[in-house]
Amino acid sequence: MSRLKNYDAIVIGGGHNGLTAAAYLGRAGKKVLVLERRHILGGAAVTEEVFPGFKFSVCSYVVSLMKANVIRELMLPKFGLEILPLESTFTPLENDYLLRTADSDQTYREIARHSLRDAEAYTRFGPLMGQIGMAVRPILETIAPNAIKPSLSDLFNSKKLLDHIKTLTTQQFEYLTKLMTMSSADFLDEWFEFEPLKATMSASGIIGTFMGPRSPGSAYVMLHHYMGDIDGAFRAWGFQRGGTGEVSMAIARSAEHFGVDIKTEASVMNVIIKNNKAVGVALENGDEYHSDIVISGLDPKQSFLNLINENELPSEFVKDINNFRIRGSSGKVNLALDGLPDFTCLPGDGHHLRGAISISPSYDHLENAYDDAKYGNFSRKPFMDVILPSVLDPEMAPPGKHVMSCFVQYAPYNISGGWNDEKREAFGDTVVDTLANYAPNIKDIILHRQVLTPADLESTFGLTEGNIFHGELTIQQLFSLRPAVRWADYTTPIRNYYQCGSGTHPGGGITGSPGEMAAKKILGML
Amino acid sequence: MNYYNQFKANTQLKLSPFFERTSKLNESQEWRRWSGYLSATNYDLTHENEYFAIRTKAALLDISPLKKYLVEGPDALNLLDRLVTRNIKICKVGQVMYTPWCDENGKVIDDGTVQRLSENRYRITSAEPNLDWINHVATGMKVKIIDDSESTAALAIQGPNSREILNSISEISLNGLKFFSLMDTNFNGMPVSISRTGYTGDLGYEIWMKPENALSIWDLLLEKGNAFGITPTGLHALDISRIEAGLILLDVDYISSRHAIIESRKSSPFELGLGWAVKMKKNNFIGRNALKKELDRGPEWEFVGIEIEWSDLENHYRNVGLAPVLPSTAWRTSTPLFFNSEQIGYATSGTWSPILKKYIALAHVKSEYSKKGTMLDFEIKIEHFKKTTTAQIVNTPFFNPERKRSCPA
Repeated sequence: MSRLKNYDAIVIGGGHNGLTAAAYLGRAGKKVLVLERRHILGGAAVTEEVFPGFKFSVCSYVVSLMKANVIRELMLPKFGLEILPLESTFTPLENDYLLRTADSDQTYREIARHSLRDAEAYTRFGPLMGQIGMAVRPILETIAPNAIKPSLSDLFNSKKLLDHIKTLTTQQFEYLTKLMTMSSADFLDEWFEFEPLKATMSASGIIGTFMGPRSPGSAYVMLHHYMGDIDGAFRAWGFQRGGTGEVSMAIARSAEHFGVDIKTEASVMNVIIKNNKAVGVALENGDEYHSDIVISGLDPKQSFLNLINENELPSEFVKDINNFRIRGSSGKVNLALDGLPDFTCLPGDGHHLRGAISISPSYDHLENAYDDAKYGNFSRKPFMDVILPSVLDPEMAPPGKHVMSCFVQYAPYNISGGWNDEKREAFGDTVVDTLANYAPNIKDIILHRQVLTPADLESTFGLTEGNIFHGELTIQQLFSLRPAVRWADYTTPIRNYYQCGSGTHPGGGITGSPGEMAAKKILGML
Repeated sequence: MNYYNQFKANTQLKLSPFFERTSKLNESQEWRRWSGYLSATNYDLTHENEYFAIRTKAALLDISPLKKYLVEGPDALNLLDRLVTRNIKICKVGQVMYTPWCDENGKVIDDGTVQRLSENRYRITSAEPNLDWINHVATGMKVKIIDDSESTAALAIQGPNSREILNSISEISLNGLKFFSLMDTNFNGMPVSISRTGYTGDLGYEIWMKPENALSIWDLLLEKGNAFGITPTGLHALDISRIEAGLILLDVDYISSRHAIIESRKSSPFELGLGWAVKMKKNNFIGRNALKKELDRGPEWEFVGIEIEWSDLENHYRNVGLAPVLPSTAWRTSTPLFFNSEQIGYATSGTWSPILKKYIALAHVKSEYSKKGTMLDFEIKIEHFKKTTTAQIVNTPFFNPERKRSCPA
């Protein structure tokens, strides 16, 4: 065992939030060390050359929620942040398709082919959600107050939030209430009639969550996805040049620019605690690092049940963390392709391949997919959110070849009998078969296939149960309750031990927000 | 669709039933979007000849991108009377009414015309899609609402010679067709309906037809109209003439309350100079209660015409050594208006009027500054520097020829 030099702060986990927290602390002049278990930085926002010449955003694959001030303050464009727009959402159907693009006339025309009324309603829906997003944003951007023992700044922030809520119009209030309580299907039924449109829009209400479109609460998850913001434009999803790993690398470069030390292949075994106070970390290789504070970017289960001896924690808190819902519901299939998929309903390599391809023909398709998962199976006909990164960024694949990223739901972590190689391959086959229903040539052009089950997401990326958001974004575990009441302000029951991952407010997605706000909270306390 | 369009353009935009012809005539290949359609900006390299066709000859405009709805059934009248601010009960068969319609708060959603086609059948024209709203208002009523936007093609023929051209083609003479009236007739056996309406403030007609007859009717009009100076005309010329006529344009002069997002972007009919079209005496219509309240306290804004004074403008240019520079086409950039250095309004569209030889604009001003003759300061940029120049509130329409309404003796 060797004792190594002292730091002001140690961040456990080189995911994008850990790196963000480190960069902010470094920027404030602190001496910071980031320790990453894997050989590569980024956590779930990582790019890997899985097959020679084919690069994949292995896990998290699109960017939209990255906070504008984080981009600015960490100077991320200077360090490699380059987000290319995803131009459309394409929903292939049996004999037809639904296409929505960045152009309002084209989108109107395409929706009007199916429903004139929907085409009209759609032009009002987006701006309304933007307004609601604007109403919610200050909540997301406030450090969640300690609901039991509020500090002075908690009271000040709560007052500010209340004042903000008073400025909401009755319309904003009405829709906010609906979004907080309804299912995405019920909410969308109030607006639209064309099933594939509703189903595709509802899909953003189930992503990363063990719920179906008809589960109450899914409307909020949909809103969470609506707050995507690139260059100030709401609901603009994009693809990072070089894959999402480059977002993490941009943050890492920024952190290093601010003097942060980053070590990979440095697996933390536990947080060293003395007199209920974190004083450093012990690595699996026996090394120890000491610091004034320790920050975990891991999910709440890892941060509290794995890195710390339960005896150090209040039993109520342990219970809350045990109850924290982090059910994995999705898998990821990454394909290396010899060419482009050719969709029966819209042949050729047109604009529709430059955006998201959504396998979401109906609510029933999604709800049936959920039903399979409820009873311990992966969906026989899953929902899929597919993109072709190499169409947007040719450097992702060798010339003429392509990479395809398929986010697949549902794949329950707790599958009957547990995940094994056979089931993984069966899951992969199901995904390819589902795609082949719409693009029959897919089977002929697959060169390589990487299938990641929730169990793989857990073992590879350390995501408990394979949950991509470090815990579901349901109302009972948001804001002051994320991850547990009283400990939603990035502090923990252990002094000098903090949390900064997606399991804290305001939750998952490539936002940088938990990392930023945790760092700001810590800097305010130091 | 029944018509066959041979022209294959590589576009994601919609093509009108006349595109086969207009695409070949458009020598400038300048196009604008209008409701998702490709629509000619000007056919010549400049719009001037087309503008003067409207005022001195006859201009032919493809207005098919207009939104059109058919309302039919026993409750058609009730629906329309509830929907719009004008009294539809007095609208006779064969009559057309221009009207705005509002939301429950009395804010304008859109404006357009209502044509009474028969006892229980109407056609509504509008700038934006309104199917959702009309259906919403029709809840519980015995009516059928049909989107007629693509099942009816339309041309506008505008200008002093337009009547003579139509008379040379139409089976029935148009001499008796009064301003804002509608008649059915046929051109060489092709049925059309003709309304004496338009967006130019001149003598003019709009022709409503089946899309499958569109090209034949276009050809017939050009052939017979040749001797009368018929001129395919684009949106640049139309924009100038509609400003001269003091006619508002959605998304330029006002924003539909359905899309306004914030309250301050919305306008009541009173604030758009459409108070004359609000019939408070008629039965409950949508927005009536709110409009009643607004009428009692007086609207906050007025919509006015302004004339930018020549001498002051000329001086500004003389000071930098230039002759006055005038806008070559109509503009639609919101432009501040001041009174004693305080901004009290903004102009939303303006143009040099070639027929009046005046620089004119349409503007929103706070009510207390809206009296005719009030002198305001209009913001301009002279050689990159902001200045103000004097502008006077004047009556609209700026241009209102006798022939617009008159019928031959």
